Amino acid sequence: MAAVEVLRTGMGTTVQDAGRHGHAHLGIGRSGAADAASYALANRLVANPDGAAALEVVLGGLRLRARGAVTVAVTGAPCPVTVDGRGAAVDTVLHLPDGAELELGIPATGLRSYVAVRGGIDVAPVLGSRSTDTLAGLGPPVPRPGAVLPVGPPPRALPAADWVAHPPVGAARMDLRVVLGPRADWFTDAAVEVLLHAEYEVTARSDRVGARLAGPALERREHGELPSEGMVPGSLQIPPDGDPVLFLTDHPVTGGYPVIAVVVAADVARAAQARPGTRLRFHL
Amino acid sequence: MRVLNCADWGVLVEVGGLDEALALQAALEERRPDGVTDVVPAARTVLLRVEPGRTDPAAVAEAVRRLRPRPGRRADAGELEVPVHYDGADLADIAAHLGMSEREVVAAHTAATWTVAFCGFAPGFGYMVSDDPRFRLPRRSEARTRVPAGAVALAGEFTGVYPRSSPGGWQLLGRTELVVWDTDRDPPALLRPGVRVRFREAP
Repeated sequence: MAAVEVLRTGMGTTVQDAGRHGHAHLGIGRSGAADAASYALANRLVANPDGAAALEVVLGGLRLRARGAVTVAVTGAPCPVTVDGRGAAVDTVLHLPDGAELELGIPATGLRSYVAVRGGIDVAPVLGSRSTDTLAGLGPPVPRPGAVLPVGPPPRALPAADWVAHPPVGAARMDLRVVLGPRADWFTDAAVEVLLHAEYEVTARSDRVGARLAGPALERREHGELPSEGMVPGSLQIPPDGDPVLFLTDHPVTGGYPVIAVVVAADVARAAQARPGTRLRFHL
Repeated sequence: MRVLNCADWGVLVEVGGLDEALALQAALEERRPDGVTDVVPAARTVLLRVEPGRTDPAAVAEAVRRLRPRPGRRADAGELEVPVHYDGADLADIAAHLGMSEREVVAAHTAATWTVAFCGFAPGFGYMVSDDPRFRLPRRSEARTRVPAGAVALAGEFTGVYPRSSPGGWQLLGRTELVVWDTDRDPPALLRPGVRVRFREAP
């Protein structure tokens, strides 16, 4: 059976799929690929079925060696890609002969790249998913150099496109659509105006749990304590220090700070590509 | 009952308190609106999550408004007995706060019927409430950096069992050898919403 050997992981590489559904009542979040759109595109390029596990790579730096011939696609944050030292392209179908080395450099924009392997990364699922939930400490182990990741049998479908057009990934400024609530009424009208007109900068204290933002503080109308309640990805949670946290895929299932607004699903995938320094604006 | 927006991810239903939340959860067990992937009960709310783009949260909100939860009803997910060594580091503090002796705390904790109201904090951590109104405790003023797996603890009106070693601010009452969370088991969590729990003093 084919496999890929991990030679280097860069800042952070995890195995991710479409996530873990239906366990939130047990305190288990969904997890899964942070940029669901780029992940889905990678699988589509190599004709994998939806939900096949791929590698999520933060700011490049991954190096793999093919064990047996494998077909891969790199999507998401556009990083320089080489196969055995020769330049290759992102968003295309790449054939790696046995022993070939794939290397991802640092992307010029965006944060997370996805490497789909035809047949999917075939590590053991945990509760029906091959995603590593970094907050809950659940899912397959994080790949380390030397790890050999098995690749599943190739699907019957053949890659139909050599290349797929899609909107650019990552930008210095991003506009994200939000819906106010569920706890917008815990904030002053002025705070809501600030949220919708100011810029917030993504800080270095950001990960798969959430993008921690810096910007003007949002004043609360209600000063009581909110009993913990269920949270969704995209939630803009406002802790007492006033700096918002934009919840991403490994967010806690419940939280105790009020959520002033929620970023719509399609834009949460884009937000997952916001690297530190990116400026965000929120629109209704 | 107030239905609040969570963009296209679902709806958050706010109710009067924990009893109403548990009654709503029981009603949702009987009739779950189409397209709802997860139901997350909490102290004063129930979150209904949907798959974005596949289900319209407005339709889910409408289905919730049509539900008529019966007061006092709770989802029933069976019974569980939890053997406990009542030797927690905070047992003396707990007794002092409740105005009981340590033995009286143990007697009250084992006599009460506890129900898992909701889960959170960590996979398999169940917030259990009891029929004994005396159990109301503040969190410790400083959280411990490490609470061992199996620790049985109290905070607010709740009892919990730490599924794995983690930081924690609850008052430590004792410990159990029962493994409350095991991903190789189906279901992995013993403490699921609706499970009724009896604590028993371990020999």
